Amino acid sequence: MKPAAFEFFDPRTLNEALSLLNQYGNEAKILAGGQSLMPLMNLRLVRPKVIIDINRVAELAYIEPGAGGGLAIGGLTRHRALERSSLVHERNPLLAETLPLIGHAHIRNRGTIGGSLVHADPAAELPALALLLDAEFVLHSLNGERVVHAKDFFRSYMTTAIEPAELLAEIRFPAWLAKPGWAMQEVSRRAGDFAMVGVAALLTHNGNGTCEDARIALFGVGATPVRIEQAEALLKGARLDNRILLEAARVVSDVLEPDADVHASAEYRKDVAGVLTRRALERGMQRLREANEV
Amino acid sequence: MSTKRAIDLTINGRQYQRLVAVRMTLADFLRHDIGLTGTHVGCEHGLCGACTILFNGEAVRSCLLLAVQADGSNLKTVEGLCTGEDLNPLQLAFQEQHALQCGFCTPGMLVTAYAFLKETPRPTEAQVREAISGNICRCTGYQPIIKAILQAADMGESGSQRSEDRDQPLSSRS
Amino acid sequence: MATQYIGAAITRREDLRLLAGQAVFVDDVKLPDMLHAAILRSTHAHARIRSIDASKARALAGVAAVVESKNIEPIARPIPARIYALPGLDRYLQFPLARDKVRYVGDPVALVIAETPYLAEDALEEIEVTYEPLPAVVNVRDALRDEVLVHEQNGSNLASHYKVSVGNVDDAFRVADYKRREEFKTQRLTGNPLETRGILAFYDPAQDELTVWGPTKVPHYNRGLLSTLLNFPEHKIHFIEPDVGGGFGVRGEFYPEDFLIPYASMQLKRPVKWIEDRREHLLTANHSREILCDVEIAATRDGTLLGLRAQVFGDMGAYIRTHGGVVPAHVADLLPTPYRIPNYECSVHFVMTNKTGTGTLRAPGRYESSFIMERLVDIVARDLGIAPVEIRKKNLIMPEQMPYTVGNTQPENKATILDSGNYPRALAQALETFGYEKLKHLEGHYDNGKYHGIGIACFVKNTGRGPHEAARVLVDAKGNIGVYLGIATLGQGHKTTMAQICADTLGVALEQITVYLGNTDYMPTGGGTYASRATVMGGNAVYLAALELKQNILRIAADQLETKPDQLQLRDGTIYLTEDNGESNPLMSLREIVHVARAKGLYDKDQFRLDVSANFTSLRHTYTYGAHLAHVKVDAETGQVEILRYLALEDVGRCINPLLVHGQVVGAVAQGIGATLLEALTYNEDGQLLTTTLKDYLLPTSTDVPPIECVVTEESPSTLNPLGIKGVGEGGIVATGAVLANAVACALAPLDVKIVELPLTPNRLREWIRARPS
Repeated sequence: MKPAAFEFFDPRTLNEALSLLNQYGNEAKILAGGQSLMPLMNLRLVRPKVIIDINRVAELAYIEPGAGGGLAIGGLTRHRALERSSLVHERNPLLAETLPLIGHAHIRNRGTIGGSLVHADPAAELPALALLLDAEFVLHSLNGERVVHAKDFFRSYMTTAIEPAELLAEIRFPAWLAKPGWAMQEVSRRAGDFAMVGVAALLTHNGNGTCEDARIALFGVGATPVRIEQAEALLKGARLDNRILLEAARVVSDVLEPDADVHASAEYRKDVAGVLTRRALERGMQRLREANEV
Repeated sequence: MSTKRAIDLTINGRQYQRLVAVRMTLADFLRHDIGLTGTHVGCEHGLCGACTILFNGEAVRSCLLLAVQADGSNLKTVEGLCTGEDLNPLQLAFQEQHALQCGFCTPGMLVTAYAFLKETPRPTEAQVREAISGNICRCTGYQPIIKAILQAADMGESGSQRSEDRDQPLSSRS
Repeated sequence: MATQYIGAAITRREDLRLLAGQAVFVDDVKLPDMLHAAILRSTHAHARIRSIDASKARALAGVAAVVESKNIEPIARPIPARIYALPGLDRYLQFPLARDKVRYVGDPVALVIAETPYLAEDALEEIEVTYEPLPAVVNVRDALRDEVLVHEQNGSNLASHYKVSVGNVDDAFRVADYKRREEFKTQRLTGNPLETRGILAFYDPAQDELTVWGPTKVPHYNRGLLSTLLNFPEHKIHFIEPDVGGGFGVRGEFYPEDFLIPYASMQLKRPVKWIEDRREHLLTANHSREILCDVEIAATRDGTLLGLRAQVFGDMGAYIRTHGGVVPAHVADLLPTPYRIPNYECSVHFVMTNKTGTGTLRAPGRYESSFIMERLVDIVARDLGIAPVEIRKKNLIMPEQMPYTVGNTQPENKATILDSGNYPRALAQALETFGYEKLKHLEGHYDNGKYHGIGIACFVKNTGRGPHEAARVLVDAKGNIGVYLGIATLGQGHKTTMAQICADTLGVALEQITVYLGNTDYMPTGGGTYASRATVMGGNAVYLAALELKQNILRIAADQLETKPDQLQLRDGTIYLTEDNGESNPLMSLREIVHVARAKGLYDKDQFRLDVSANFTSLRHTYTYGAHLAHVKVDAETGQVEILRYLALEDVGRCINPLLVHGQVVGAVAQGIGATLLEALTYNEDGQLLTTTLKDYLLPTSTDVPPIECVVTEESPSTLNPLGIKGVGEGGIVATGAVLANAVACALAPLDVKIVELPLTPNRLREWIRARPS
């Protein structure tokens, strides 16, 4: 399986990359880590006329403290760099725990966070995490830059808000909440595979056992990752106990209308989404207790 | 439309200058332009690991890289793992443990193991199992490969035996 | 015979090359002026071909030729079945290129030959084919209605059928206290060797010789077939076996490409190389295992099995391939084993569908039939309130019954006779090694969200398929030994095994021996490597040839030393007096033997020949046997199965190289685990294969295969060959589906979940859990 012919550019600066994008627009594809794009090209499922390889745009790879105690990560940052970053471990334990679940080491050596987010596979972990954590995406073009919130970024099946002449230059994760309970649960066919169903959850409470903030994001269940607002609303302000967790899990299961594929039926996903939500919330609650114990 | 590019790179310590078609994969370039056929192609969509090489010291899937992307880089393939005429301790451990049958996955496994042991010189069995989980083997059932990598870890670069408690996770060791 | 090498865990000399990256697989072979082929394949499961326009493709720069069906029409013939050519199957054979119709997605329609593989793929896209789609039939039940005919000229999709009968099944069912009927299904699977198929053909017009790299498994047979199809003399065709990246039954049969590529080279008079890609492999290399079995069992109240009645339906795909009817036939011939079931009847049906053609996959028919029988035995045990171990002990064929005639369970009424075996002992040993007694309290135990299950499965595997194999062993002028065989090697390590047998039989050091096999020029004929036959057939042929050679050597030495041959021995390549066990007085080296023989002109006299060929003939199979045990944990909420422990015990009669034998068993178990939990070739109702990449057809990785506890025993040597060996390679996969299904069924027994289908994916387990009666 060999790719169809294309024209190749490898700009050295962000400006160069943006000029090329501006010039070629829809005819071009950005090549970053290549772990998603190259298979599609080898299979000839995707046949861009132009490839803009941004791997030499060094200014796009960085991990820095973000405003207000969060993280600012350049789009070209490799998963492996994130895995090894003490700043990430410190400022976002959920992101740190999720990274080793992504594919295998070889994939993480090349794959980038920007690439993963723009590729927007609905069964991938990072888009769901971005949604869960209210991340913001800084999109650059020759015309300037704009910031898109994660909730507005993932539009439909592998389609994001990014315009043809835009590049995802930076991802901003807000500051980690104070002593949250968090969890990531997924079911995949094999370790490292895309999830059949996955849940990421985050809980905070106000010190009396009443839930303050509750966030539940699901992946692998539809065209995009989703936050289940009805379940979140149920938890917010409620006393955190097993009964409410079960109810929240049931709501998730009821609300979802997942797709089917060769690995799992819609019913499986609906079912297991509820199970994993319950387990994620249980784990989150456990972490909450641990974090808040003096 | 420019379809070829000149590239300059180092492979297994040797310098090469070539003119390549921009769409040629790095795996094909190594195998057919350079003649280093030790690196194998099993799937061309990044899921089997047979094409694993070291790209600037990191294990990557060469079927998912274009040759032009390797301009200026330093590559190591299975052919570069031997120390001179002899097989290195990792390769010898593979032979002793019968960690290969048809041998097709072996170069990818060796390169993966080599890079892994450099980063984690005294791994646990679980860590080794995880480290090779991106390399498919159809013949051995993986066990002997894991044993071979653990044996090589035990031997270390010097080739001398070390008796370490391998069951302790790395982080708990001083 | 004193053995130094036989039975020793000798590491393989093959390895050094493979480890250094110096192996030569077919795609590593480069010839000057080489062209590359790509194949245009049907995207429809069933359609008439209205027109093909390859003009644009031919006009592309770098394209040497495009071959269509009309170009090969004058010589094109259907590819015949090599084995199990049962009556009627020959009406459904495949031509190298589809003619008026395509019958499966992947059916070859045209061949492009270009300067590079990249250009060849570009050219494929320029060929315009007009199809008239037809409805497709994708399962045996629909196919049997004969509403959509895959080969309409034959009037039916039922290509063949036959029945085997042992004892009196009707009587057995009449008197039985207990009867149970179930329908079992196994999924469509393929072998996925890590190296895909590949052929490099070079027709040299100057020599008028055709050389082909890539063939393996049955090279002599395939060469003969190619000779017929090309109408080109066999002795002018040379098959060279390069290093081979695994086969598992799938690689090495004669496919359309095995005709097309050599044909193209002969037409273009340049080397032509074709390397299959992974998507193509999933789509077009032989599929296997999709079996539907409607089975009924009869027993007494106390668990004695009385009768078995089965209907087996094999989904053969759109064309009968070179394996003929072997897969369903092997479901039927050993279905009752390893149990004494005196009354057995089985109808076997070969059904055509619009899917890729089928062939063998490691332990063809046996993985399936073991699953069926072992599940059935557990179901009966549960119904009758008998422990799974007890019901097996009660019904296993006993060692004193060996050789045991199962009955005339093979096609054409041929008998299946088990050569030797102590099945109860194997089961007992497996149970003990596993520590079953201490663990069985965990059966069905619920612990922290998961259910524990323990599965048991006993198995028998037919191996050592004959009928003949020849070996040639010779001594050269320097006293080195050359061993030549007509078998192939696909990664098993035969070159080491054969050398071990020769070394001990002859009495020479292992290092003095070189083994040559795979290439057709080495031997005039050969049976090939498949059906776990190579060491049995080839090894015994080497043994016989080496034995004769040794006698000749001793005669030459005796003649020279003026004594009798029985006064002399050959050890480590040196002649000593028989009583000289300390080897203190070497008398002659092999080199001197050769020198003397030549000097005296003895070299060509029969009893002094230093170049000996011998034939080993065996018309009956050998049978390995054993038991597998598995301990699993099932997450009933997600359907995920975790294997905590897996034990495989197999008796191989006699073990030539324990390192290699263990490797085969463990490797086979790993493949079986993958097949049972992960793999499936899935078609939609339009006959489109949905699993065309490794993202969807999931192969087991290191985190999917637990450490396998492997026990190899040598309790029951085969009575059918001098070395007492039974073939190894397939046995390890036979009981994998069975044992895991039994373990999962055991785990989910508290939930009353019925397990009669494979694979055991999370999705399906959840479906069966939801469907349960309570």
